[in-house]
Amino acid sequence: MPNSKSAYSFSNKKEKFDTHIIVVWVDNEAGVLARVVGLFSGRGYNIESLAVAQVDEKLKISRITIVTTGTPQVVNQIKLQLRKLVPVHKVADFKREDKAVIFKEMALFKIVGSNNKLEGALKACKKYNPVLLDKTKKSNVIQITALRREIDKMSKDLKKFGLVSVSRTGAVAMTRGADIFK
Amino acid sequence: MSKLYSGAEIVFKCMEDQNVDHIFGYPGGAVLPIYDELQNFKSIKHVLVRHEQGAGHAAEGYARSSGKPGVILVTSGPGATNVVTALTDAYMDSIPLVCISGQVPTHLIGTDAFQECDTTGITRPCTKHNWLVKDINDLASTIHKAFEVATTGRPGPVLVDIPKDIQFQKTKYKKPKKEKKLNGKSHNHFNQNSIDELIELMSKSSKPIFYTGGGVINSGPRASELLRELVYATGFPITSTLQGLGSFPGDDNQFLGMLGMHGTYEANNAMHDCDLMINIGARFDDRITGKIDEFSPKSKKVHIDIDPSSINKNVKVDLAIVGDVKTVLSSTLKSLKQKKSKFLKSNKQKTSNWWEKIQRWRSVRSLDYIGSEETIKPQHAIERLYELTKDKDAYITTEVGQHQMWAAQHYKFNKPNRWMTSGGLGTMGYGLPAAVGVQVAHPKKLVIDIAGEASVLMTIQEMSTAVQYNLPIKIFILNNQYMGMVRQWQELLHDKNYSESYTAALPDFVKLAEAYNCVGIRAKTPEELDDKIIEMLNTDRPVIFDCMVDKVENCFPMIPSGKPHNQMILGPKDQESKKITGKGKSLV
Repeated sequence: MPNSKSAYSFSNKKEKFDTHIIVVWVDNEAGVLARVVGLFSGRGYNIESLAVAQVDEKLKISRITIVTTGTPQVVNQIKLQLRKLVPVHKVADFKREDKAVIFKEMALFKIVGSNNKLEGALKACKKYNPVLLDKTKKSNVIQITALRREIDKMSKDLKKFGLVSVSRTGAVAMTRGADIFK
Repeated sequence: MSKLYSGAEIVFKCMEDQNVDHIFGYPGGAVLPIYDELQNFKSIKHVLVRHEQGAGHAAEGYARSSGKPGVILVTSGPGATNVVTALTDAYMDSIPLVCISGQVPTHLIGTDAFQECDTTGITRPCTKHNWLVKDINDLASTIHKAFEVATTGRPGPVLVDIPKDIQFQKTKYKKPKKEKKLNGKSHNHFNQNSIDELIELMSKSSKPIFYTGGGVINSGPRASELLRELVYATGFPITSTLQGLGSFPGDDNQFLGMLGMHGTYEANNAMHDCDLMINIGARFDDRITGKIDEFSPKSKKVHIDIDPSSINKNVKVDLAIVGDVKTVLSSTLKSLKQKKSKFLKSNKQKTSNWWEKIQRWRSVRSLDYIGSEETIKPQHAIERLYELTKDKDAYITTEVGQHQMWAAQHYKFNKPNRWMTSGGLGTMGYGLPAAVGVQVAHPKKLVIDIAGEASVLMTIQEMSTAVQYNLPIKIFILNNQYMGMVRQWQELLHDKNYSESYTAALPDFVKLAEAYNCVGIRAKTPEELDDKIIEMLNTDRPVIFDCMVDKVENCFPMIPSGKPHNQMILGPKDQESKKITGKGKSLV
């Protein structure tokens, strides 16, 4: 910013961004998602995807899974700021490369086309546990569960088979093995 | 069967149990049931302000000077939105506030009803937490929880939004739970190892400095006592942020003055050159650090803070101790006495060169200014005010701008909770209502708002509040007819283009005082200044003091933003040689 005149200093530093999956356990009360999401937008943090649902009916606990990017310092701030929110019980943070954690996203693809194309689409999805949820003479709805980049790829690849609509969730995460995050 | 209470009664029952004695508020449609009950709770005094922002700042002044949470009561819609500035101010400066707001009846929420607004939505980012109470059975526990959240950990504002129908409904009253469960939000997370490490760093250091902030004040008077003990036991120099003033005596030889953008030459240079920085309850704010890449490059940094998210937020530190200042200091002192009982003696030698260096910086006398016989220099006015009030245990509030910095530089504080200023948010118009709150908490004490004429006009209507409650606050206006700090930046950084920083039609403050039925005093020359100040101090009524000062005086020393601590601009003489030009200018 060569000619900027401001009361603040500027930083030209470019730091490396990592992708992290942040899991937050919260009380399922009014406005709790707004608190979490508002914290991200208010402090300028990124949200790449978001998945949220109640996981414990009795204790009314919801589990929010947020995929975010940031420098190590920013990711650390995200965790510490989240922990300060009153309805937050615990916060877990996984790196996307982490082998000890399973990440999954789900996508629904609607294919419209000839029998050939419908079969082609189903075949192309083979690696990602395809489930045929709906079938007509002219169309299929296929569900797959996979990683983000795999779904990105399928969304492109299926175009030639007559893909007309994509609906997908944010990532959810769980640790491998018998341990749970405390 | 126990008695049933209305929601409105429960609000006051809760306040009684939370030992609330004053609330600051303004009635309106959605809180009328609560106001209807006010007369039945004699122990709770209501202070009627003239604008809800004033209620918020008054509650802040009350809280900062007394250590108790400030309580606000406002109506829905505009009542709530008017208090947002004060809530944000309290959030930035970690002041405990509990704001009760009325809301339209539950069945009308979401219908754009009269005076409806999404209060919890609007205040979510400027409170520690907020609640919309939709069930009368949750009301008491919510209010008790609100007080707990506001006052524990790093303090801050909270808001409870109560729809009007809930205020009418009846239920049993639940007392607060004795046992305080903090949901994992308790904040003493340090262990003895960290304390040992700190003492090790202290004993190795030859160029140490304590850098203390508002956290020491927030931790209570005991924290200030312990801080003094530790500073004397180590012989280390100490500097303080704007918010920390008063936790250590301002006139003590070990005190280097305030640091930061308008801090002293010795404090900022010591911060830059030190080999050990011990941050106690401060947060490495950008007004403190200057250019972050060149901030204190050679030092080991220790950070003591109750808020884990303050650690490594702006500046990476070598040792973090997460805990209440009082507890950490007490552990540190205990260990120091056990392990290094002769610390001061053994350490004096080591830090003697450091102290010599500091003395050299001190001899620059960076707070000096060029005096005048004709016009009142603003710094001189503060100095005289200090000299004439220093034995009176005065409480000082300020607005925001040059006068605030001059007050911080030239008024010396010896006790905590005597200095109330808006630091984080920098809210013009803070000082007058804050003084109202301070005077409510300390009826017999001398309370002075050191003000600027532009700031004070933002909340001048609260003079009416001061008069109504016989609060003899003193509004000491350094009147230079400019938004002084804006003018200063324009002079130094924007080629003297004084765009909109001159107020062409100021009121006559003496007549204004008379209009409010308080006392107006004007001082025009240095000669009459002392007599007029004494006249002000001898007046047992609210006073507006119009101190006509030099119009173009600038506040020095100054670190331009984007510069490190060791590149300060000193006074007018130094300015010529270190003019901000070229690249430096672009960074500021």
